[in-house]
Amino acid sequence: MVSGNGRSTLLKVEDLVTRFYTPEGVVHAVNGVSFDLAEGETLGVVGESGCGKSVTMLSILQLIARPPGKIERGHAWFDGKDLLNLSTDQIRDVRGSRISMIFQDPMTSLNPVLTIEQQIAESLILHLRMNKQQARERVIELLELVGIPEAEKHLHDYPHQFSGGMRQRVMIAIALACNPQILVADEPTTALDVTIQAQIVDLVKRLRDELKMTVIWITHDLGVVARLAQRVIVMYAGFIIEEAQVKELYANPTHPYTIGLLGSLPSLTTDERKRLTAIPGLPPVLLEKPVGCPFAVRCNYAFERCQHENPPLLSIGGTHRAACWWDVQEGRPRNA
Amino acid sequence: MPENQVLLKVDHLVKHFPVYRGVFQRQVGAVHAVDDISFDVRRGETFGLVGESGCGKTTAGRTIIQLYKATAGHIYFDDVDLTKVKGSDMRHMRRRIQMIFQDPYASLNPRMSIADIVSEPMIIHGVSRGKQARERAAELLNIVQLNPGFANRFPHEFSGGQRQRIGIARALALNPELIICDEPISALDVSIQAQIINLLEDLQKQLGLTYLFIAHDLSVVRHISSRVAVMYLGIIAELASVKDLYNNPLHPYTQALLSAVPVPNPAIEEKRQRIILEGDVPSPVNPPSGCRFRTRCPLAKEICAELVPEWREVSPDHWVACHLV
Repeated sequence: MVSGNGRSTLLKVEDLVTRFYTPEGVVHAVNGVSFDLAEGETLGVVGESGCGKSVTMLSILQLIARPPGKIERGHAWFDGKDLLNLSTDQIRDVRGSRISMIFQDPMTSLNPVLTIEQQIAESLILHLRMNKQQARERVIELLELVGIPEAEKHLHDYPHQFSGGMRQRVMIAIALACNPQILVADEPTTALDVTIQAQIVDLVKRLRDELKMTVIWITHDLGVVARLAQRVIVMYAGFIIEEAQVKELYANPTHPYTIGLLGSLPSLTTDERKRLTAIPGLPPVLLEKPVGCPFAVRCNYAFERCQHENPPLLSIGGTHRAACWWDVQEGRPRNA
Repeated sequence: MPENQVLLKVDHLVKHFPVYRGVFQRQVGAVHAVDDISFDVRRGETFGLVGESGCGKTTAGRTIIQLYKATAGHIYFDDVDLTKVKGSDMRHMRRRIQMIFQDPYASLNPRMSIADIVSEPMIIHGVSRGKQARERAAELLNIVQLNPGFANRFPHEFSGGQRQRIGIARALALNPELIICDEPISALDVSIQAQIINLLEDLQKQLGLTYLFIAHDLSVVRHISSRVAVMYLGIIAELASVKDLYNNPLHPYTQALLSAVPVPNPAIEEKRQRIILEGDVPSPVNPPSGCRFRTRCPLAKEICAELVPEWREVSPDHWVACHLV
């Protein structure tokens, strides 16, 4: 786990498989996901709704409802322990204190009948065994840290008295309360307006640098990832289909899905008006276990091999990997 | 036909929603959702109306199509003042203005088949019925690139993108001239958004449609619009051709808004200057005096609190409401 030189691996996920057993059938939400998270890095996890990006992170923290969900196999190594094998009490010690999470909708994640102070102090009292006075001081410190002015005045406020952006700041304060090593942010700015989103992204960037935090940022927004992440994982239908350093990914997208996603975004910065290269077809149905490449039905480059053999992540050069049999640049199948 | 013929003229439009309180439900104030906005939409163009949530862009759209009654001001459609038209005359006008809604899950009746949804406007307006309406519905499904064989299915059998296509087919049923698109793609996934944008562009070319395109996504608006108005807290802050607005934004709010949008390109992102606005949008029940943006404006001066900035044309076709420009 701990390597001597350079950045050590903080979290190592291996072959994670999560399924949901629903009346409609088995939903293959996560289908063998493996990735490493280095200490101090910011990892962007990108994909559209239903690609498994949230379920992956929720599985690691044992936060999926079981049933209907079930973690079929896999490991998530953190601090010498497999998070997927921890008992309820043990994982609770990790959640909120070592790894914390912020969610998309701050209104539904906050308890409407508890004051801001009560909600932030909860984990301080629970995990750090602080007394009320110590907790209050820390709460004020945290509120100031996340940019809520005159923190003392807001201690007894309720969530409904806050705007969306302020609520997300409170969520971040809760997440940071116990100095976590990893902050998992699940679409935290999706429900917010663009000027408020800029405030929150700016805040997380600042906190990350000040507190030397490791961040996993889950989003569908390729713009936010470009602003924040150092490394990016692209997911589709429960698989990681591409992985690279952020600049490499945008300069040299390799998987046809990634190419399609970037091509379907209109540009903010140029007058030139190209027709958008929409990805044809519909989002994947996860009720069937995919045979072959899950993207093949929507892919312009698909050929015979794609129909019956699902490509693993193949190295493209350096740390850039993509799960595709076709070499788009060379216009021929990949040697693998 | 002259190029710049005005199809829709919004003239000093105001829409306030009363706020009632107490046992006797006395009116204690009003939400100033739209407060004196004016703009023209020219025939055949796409006019973009952008702004953040609560800025009044949706209220503006709904007031234009007379889903809300305007508090003051006029809406001229093809020189007819919609605020004065009543009853069957209005029904007649509605044929020419249609709307596409944001949420494709909420805007289709779950108990109606696709064929019924798409032909309902034709039946209500007495344009066609029975077999004729069904044939036209099939034709419309074809136009929006849905399999007409799906006509007897129900909305729940379709994905978000397909439902939005159904909504578009319904809007086209009466051969409208103007379509008000209220955030038509913001509920959809990125890869599906591009499909719908391309479809809207194709339909505009084929059918000579005029769009009033209401959205919060500045990149999408740049892509699809010919002219753009930026709304903030019930007013229009700036209006210009798409080129002028994005290359030479004059209002501090437009500048901040554009700089806040993350660009999907890390190389550009690294170098971009960002104006981070402080605080939140004030309440529209009690908007700030003078310039509405002054509470968040990094450049605000004394005059901004005292006087409402004049809405003026600073260069041809470039309008802005700011004391400092």
